[in-house]
Amino acid sequence: MSQLPAKPVPEPTSETQPYWDGCKNHELRIQKCAACNHFQFYPRIYCTKCMSDQVAWVTASGRGKVLSCTTVYRPVTKAFAEDVPYVVALIALDEGPQMMSNVVGCPPEKVKIGMRVQVTFEDWTEDISVAKFTLVE
Amino acid sequence: MESLRGKVAIVGAADTEVGVVPHLSATQMYVKAAKLALEDAGITKEDVDGLITCNSWVEPYLYHAEMIAEYMQIFPRYCLNVATGGGTTLAIMQHAATAIASGVCNTVLITMADNMLSGLSRDKAIEAMSTAGHAQFERPYGPPIPAFYALIARAHMHAYGTTSEQLAAVSVACRKHASMNPAAQMRTPITVEDVLNSKIIADPLHLLDCSLVSDGGAAIIMTSAERAKDFKKKPVYMLGVGEGHSHEHISQARSLTTSAAKEAGERTYAMAGLGPKDIDVAELYDCFTPVVIVELEDLGFCPKGEGGRFVEDGRIELGGELPINTHGGMMSHCHPGHPGSMFSMTEAVFQLRNECGPRQVKDAEVAFVHAQGGIMSTHCSMILAKERG
Repeated sequence: MSQLPAKPVPEPTSETQPYWDGCKNHELRIQKCAACNHFQFYPRIYCTKCMSDQVAWVTASGRGKVLSCTTVYRPVTKAFAEDVPYVVALIALDEGPQMMSNVVGCPPEKVKIGMRVQVTFEDWTEDISVAKFTLVE
Repeated sequence: MESLRGKVAIVGAADTEVGVVPHLSATQMYVKAAKLALEDAGITKEDVDGLITCNSWVEPYLYHAEMIAEYMQIFPRYCLNVATGGGTTLAIMQHAATAIASGVCNTVLITMADNMLSGLSRDKAIEAMSTAGHAQFERPYGPPIPAFYALIARAHMHAYGTTSEQLAAVSVACRKHASMNPAAQMRTPITVEDVLNSKIIADPLHLLDCSLVSDGGAAIIMTSAERAKDFKKKPVYMLGVGEGHSHEHISQARSLTTSAAKEAGERTYAMAGLGPKDIDVAELYDCFTPVVIVELEDLGFCPKGEGGRFVEDGRIELGGELPINTHGGMMSHCHPGHPGSMFSMTEAVFQLRNECGPRQVKDAEVAFVHAQGGIMSTHCSMILAKERG
């Protein structure tokens, strides 16, 4: 019982493995539909726009902007206690899809809606790196 | 689609004691709420031929509705358990209304309860708080549940200039109402300053912008409008109901500032043939203060972006233009998890039956109830009225 609680390390599935393989190489991968050019995230078997199964993995620009953000003062579990205060944000990628992330590398109060951000990666285990974002100066 | 307008009625409604209720297990609260609702309706359990529940977090069963039926020894012809988070109550009632109107069953007992405050071990409480969000694409970023709603609040503030003081006004109004309700868990009046000075949880949300963790149960009995006249109390008729669904995970939301409450509300008004101006009292889902502001807009009580201004100056308080959450809502009355919005439903019934004493909305004829579940994911609205219309 005395062991430190661990952060929830993502467990890839066959559907999401290519995304996590990308993260391991510090590449942000999303899906692009070969039939209609629609970009999507998170990964799915079909295109959410045209239902084509021709969804292919592409490396995203890694750039986007802050759609919304909050600074967390009360961590979800003790595993996140040493990160407090930390910024949870929704990021609108330049390609269109949106994703949740943390904005790191700056005081939380500097992060505002609309700011430009760039992906960075935090290596959690040998196989899992987590995509986070930093403000673009 | 054939309208359900005026086809069903609520003929029984009851709450158990709420707040800190250590002497009852979750299952016992389901059954106590059921017994009280049967007594309110003046019927016996043998009169019930439909049963709907929502599973308990604390004391779950694989087939929960069957478990409650077995425990009570009732043998319904229609029996299911439904889970759409906080929106469950109203979604369930749409299922019940459809079953009654189509003749599948006559009298449905809906009972919901949980004891999130007294019944959870420390580990289970942490699990309850940390299993929200997508396991691979949200949870690694450490969002506590308030953070999901803080994202909505921040987006609304950015888009429309909504202020922390306006968020706080929602909590203050609900507490004022709770102070008039002896059943409420938190009854000491608070001010906007109290909210702003309470501990910051996830910016801009303070502790007093957040709902409670509670024990409690509530139940209602529904039947056809024709049969409704034969019960002990005056029936409350369902004039409109509608759902809207937009996402599971907030990171996939179409919009942070406009929710599927819009569709739920539009469908409900269309069925009822009524509009926001016809509503005397509204019981709106209030797990966090910004939810109420978004709902007031999406449900047409004020234009988009003006929810913050709408909640100021006592407009949502008793005696105001649109009294909301007259029992105190989930920030002051109680929030036992899934059953949270049941208390909005029972309160609407009590208001329309003129049973609310000091917190009674004068001449309340038409009530609006709205619930949402997930993170602004599933929405269901209902319009209830004294008259069948």
